[in-house]
Amino acid sequence: MAVESIGSPQHAKIAPWNDPVIRGWVFQAVVVGLVGFLAWFLVTNTVENLARQKIASGYAYLSHEAGFEIGDSMISYSPANTYARAILVGMLNTLKVAGLGIIFATILGTLIGVGRLSPNWLLAKICEGYVEAFRNVPLLLWLFLFYKMISEAFPGPRQALNVLNALFLSNRGLYFPVPAADPIHPWMGLGLLAGIAGAVVLHRWGKQRQAATGKPFPSIWAGAALIVGLPILIWLAGGAPHHMSWPELKGFNFVGGTVIQPEFTALLLGLVLYTSAFIAEIVRSGILALNKGQSEAAAALGLSRAQAMRLVLLPQALRLIVPPMTSQYLNITKNSSLAIAIGYPDLVASVNVTINQTGQAIENVLIIMVAYLSVSLSISAFMNWYNKRIALRER
Amino acid sequence: MGWLRQNLFSSWGNGITTVVLLLAIAWLLSWFVDWAVLTAVWTAPSGQDCRGHGACWALIHEKYRYIFFGSFPYEQHWRPLFAVLAMLAMLILSADRRMWNKRLLWIWSIGSATTFLLMFGQINISSSLIFFLALVIGAGGAVLRATVGSPIEINAWRALAGIGVAGLALRLVGLFPAFTLSIAPFSYVETSLWGGLPVTMILATYGLLFAFPLGILLALGRRSNLPLIKSLCVGFIELIRGVPLISLLIMASVMLPLFLPSGMTIDKFLRALVAVILFASAYIAEVIRGGLQSLPKGQFEAADAMGLTYFQKTTLVILPQALRVVIPPLINTFIGFFKDTSLVLIIGIFDFLNTANQALVDPKWAGFPGEIYLFAAFVYFCFCFSMSRYSKYLETELNKGTRR
Amino acid sequence: MHKASVAAAVGAVALFASGSAWAGKDLDSIKARGNLICGVPTGIAGFASADSQGKWTGLDVDVCRAVSAAIFGDSEKVKYVPLTSQQRFTALQSGEVDILSNNTTATLQRDTALGLDFTAITYYDGQGFLVPKKLGVKSAKELNGATVCVAPGTTTELNLADYFRANKMTFKPVVIEKVEEIRAAFFSGRCDVYTTDSSGLYATRAANVPAPATADDYVVLPEIISKEPLAPAVRHGDQQFADIVRWTQYAMLEAEEYGISSKTVDDMLKSDNPTIKRILGVTPGMGKALGVEDKWVYNIVKQVGNYGESFERNVGMGSVLKIDRGLNKLWTQGGLQYAEPIR
Repeated sequence: MAVESIGSPQHAKIAPWNDPVIRGWVFQAVVVGLVGFLAWFLVTNTVENLARQKIASGYAYLSHEAGFEIGDSMISYSPANTYARAILVGMLNTLKVAGLGIIFATILGTLIGVGRLSPNWLLAKICEGYVEAFRNVPLLLWLFLFYKMISEAFPGPRQALNVLNALFLSNRGLYFPVPAADPIHPWMGLGLLAGIAGAVVLHRWGKQRQAATGKPFPSIWAGAALIVGLPILIWLAGGAPHHMSWPELKGFNFVGGTVIQPEFTALLLGLVLYTSAFIAEIVRSGILALNKGQSEAAAALGLSRAQAMRLVLLPQALRLIVPPMTSQYLNITKNSSLAIAIGYPDLVASVNVTINQTGQAIENVLIIMVAYLSVSLSISAFMNWYNKRIALRER
Repeated sequence: MGWLRQNLFSSWGNGITTVVLLLAIAWLLSWFVDWAVLTAVWTAPSGQDCRGHGACWALIHEKYRYIFFGSFPYEQHWRPLFAVLAMLAMLILSADRRMWNKRLLWIWSIGSATTFLLMFGQINISSSLIFFLALVIGAGGAVLRATVGSPIEINAWRALAGIGVAGLALRLVGLFPAFTLSIAPFSYVETSLWGGLPVTMILATYGLLFAFPLGILLALGRRSNLPLIKSLCVGFIELIRGVPLISLLIMASVMLPLFLPSGMTIDKFLRALVAVILFASAYIAEVIRGGLQSLPKGQFEAADAMGLTYFQKTTLVILPQALRVVIPPLINTFIGFFKDTSLVLIIGIFDFLNTANQALVDPKWAGFPGEIYLFAAFVYFCFCFSMSRYSKYLETELNKGTRR
Repeated sequence: MHKASVAAAVGAVALFASGSAWAGKDLDSIKARGNLICGVPTGIAGFASADSQGKWTGLDVDVCRAVSAAIFGDSEKVKYVPLTSQQRFTALQSGEVDILSNNTTATLQRDTALGLDFTAITYYDGQGFLVPKKLGVKSAKELNGATVCVAPGTTTELNLADYFRANKMTFKPVVIEKVEEIRAAFFSGRCDVYTTDSSGLYATRAANVPAPATADDYVVLPEIISKEPLAPAVRHGDQQFADIVRWTQYAMLEAEEYGISSKTVDDMLKSDNPTIKRILGVTPGMGKALGVEDKWVYNIVKQVGNYGESFERNVGMGSVLKIDRGLNKLWTQGGLQYAEPIR
């Protein structure tokens, strides 16, 4: 199979059974044949079993009424909606918890990783203890522990911890007030997007100007003003509707406001604490891998430790950090499926109920796999793009 | 004194940090010692007597046998205990570099036989299986020792494989009577009664052991020049790595019965093991690929230049070097899977975390999740931490030779 | 069969592939194997639960013991496989178990689409609600806005949504796969209400309330929102085995109706009543027709008891559950349990 050496004319007279090209193809044909046989074997069995047990196939059920309620949904959902919508609700919940998990785990992980390199021995040791404690115990155990702690330690809704009649903490979750729904909100969202786009453009322009003229432009402040200012302007223009929806104890539960459920909290907490331990190690080894001259040079320039970290060390370490970080982000996404153990309605939970109600396991497991694969591939694609962007451009 | 100054009080900010942290630690520690030791209840007839006190270690005292061994018949608990000890001995012996030769094969054969004999109590080997094993071992020996063994040895391997083939053929046409070799020193205990630490250890250890050869093949396939093989391997690896382990476990528990011919069932425990093996093989393949990539190109070229076949090149030159490099990351993969096997509780297998969880169900002892989970976390920590330390030690040891 | 042998050779599967019940005559394979593999719930007090020595007891368990007594003359030749509500049908379809005695509701969908056969109804049940007494709720109609703990993938979950929709009420579900986790969530106060079959509610109330609370701190609401006839299920295909399971249940009912109990059964052998003589096999023929030995009812009643005994011992007043027999009384006492006659 040393294919590098083939193709040159003097090899043309080799007997066919010794020709590496032919051998290669024969070998491949055998392997593909075996895999094909296995696939055929499984598929025929499956078809036979499905027919014998009269299990329906196809995705027609997706448009049927789901009939089950879901505890946490970002879009409107009721049992009268279809299975497709129920699965979409689960998918959005997965994306929500994975997205927030990635953000918080990155922040916390970076802090802990930097903390492990602190000149303060005690702080470094505490950070090391944190890393070892969270890395060496299964995530599922943390999830169970946090969930049980929240539901056992917090009081019921009627004895909720009350902060200024606005925040209510109970075993039903954390209730807090939100602005009541108003037609202006979608426009404010658009304003926010426009602000972000504007900030990015501004930042680029500022960089270009600095490169051309040497004058720095406070693009961070200007950008922030743009991002915050635009939605506020729209809000003011819309007559500044300030009606709030306050949580209120009515009957069994709080009504109004919005809630962060215990299942969500436990899941997010578990994912963030567990993954941040791994991220901390990645960040630490990224920084350690840098030449010592870098921090010495930064010190010689008169930068403080924090400045050196932010302006010199972290940007360079980022190049080493991004590839392993990608796999941690993928892990958060995949591990969010542990939600099913503590009852958070994520994608796997929704699909699992659908399997039970419809009996169509194959179609549904395919949905799970395709969904996670596409999320994983998107994250990989984004991180690869980012990695290329920050890669050292050698001239 | 100088150390203190340099490491804790090098600057004002540092000093303040130190003091604040010290105070926080002192406060936490005093609370923890009070809860876990001073006011803790060590033995009690029921959870009721723990209320109003500190940690309820009485719960652990009451349930520890269930947590460790699950529903294994109570009076036979010494069997899983010795099985765990056998596996521990096996793992610890394999950690010693002096054992990294033929002895390893003996350690694992004896250790595995002991473990499964203790767990099952009886092992029945049908004649077909014996011939099948003879075929596999014979063929494996003949192939692996092809270039290094003496002709007599190779012929011996071939003869073993031949016996296997002949036996299987005779069995198939019915000329050879079916018989079963039965080793039955103890009463039979089926896998549905297994639980606790042995289950976690078996799933992690044997899941990875069986995944290892598969991982090597996948890694080699991914680096191969043959387009079909390469795309098959890449597809498999990326598919498995892109989906959560849970989806594979659900597949194994709900879909696998549909894949098999009607009437054929596979033990639930084996199903989970198969899912773990498939999952692990993709991750191991990537680790090994890292090792393959780290080899300088000259090694491949030199092997080619010597006129070695692909097989010789791989088994004699490439793999020995690549595997040496990947031992530490492989141990990290093992740690990962030791923790990840806890997911099997979702499909109803009683691994260590599941039995710990079940111990909370007893209403007599309800309401002390913290104690149970701390205990379980401690056990997991002992395993994972010691392995990660070993992996670090090994990394520096193995690098000694290459460092200049 | 050919494919099966190919598959068997694929790997060391043979090491583990355990006593699989091959397709075809289930009864033959059960007899050949020498024991009955019985799928039971993972733990519902009174219906199926294992003590710390691993001995199973309960109403569902008694069904399997009785079938074993009918087939083997020995009620202990049963292997119990605990199954979650999600695993149970696959386990029966794939032959992992011979019989499902799993608090399973007989429905048309399951009878037809899942390839099962439900035999005689062993327990007339219905879905209810369990609430803490301190909430002061008297009726399910007052549950608007409540948080409800429920197991996923059951008819329970659908009934619940239907009931709230029909009564124009809303609820928040907390859905966890494992029944122990759902109960834990309910008792810790995460939910206001726990819903499942009312048998399960009584079982939970009797056996799972964590100290220091007691069973009296929880009430089962009067509303029953669904019909849940619980029946053992077998695979579609072997009618003879299905018959044995069905007639085992009828035998236990007939025994109760004619006053044959585990204590009186030996005396009853001397009875002159022709019906009793037929039932107990003193007049031979019945067992033979069914394909078991003529003393089958004697074995069942002697070793397991009649239906009333089993009920009282496991879930009735003689147990911690203290469930009123209600619909499960014999027809002669105003209930629904009406056995086809053994003649």
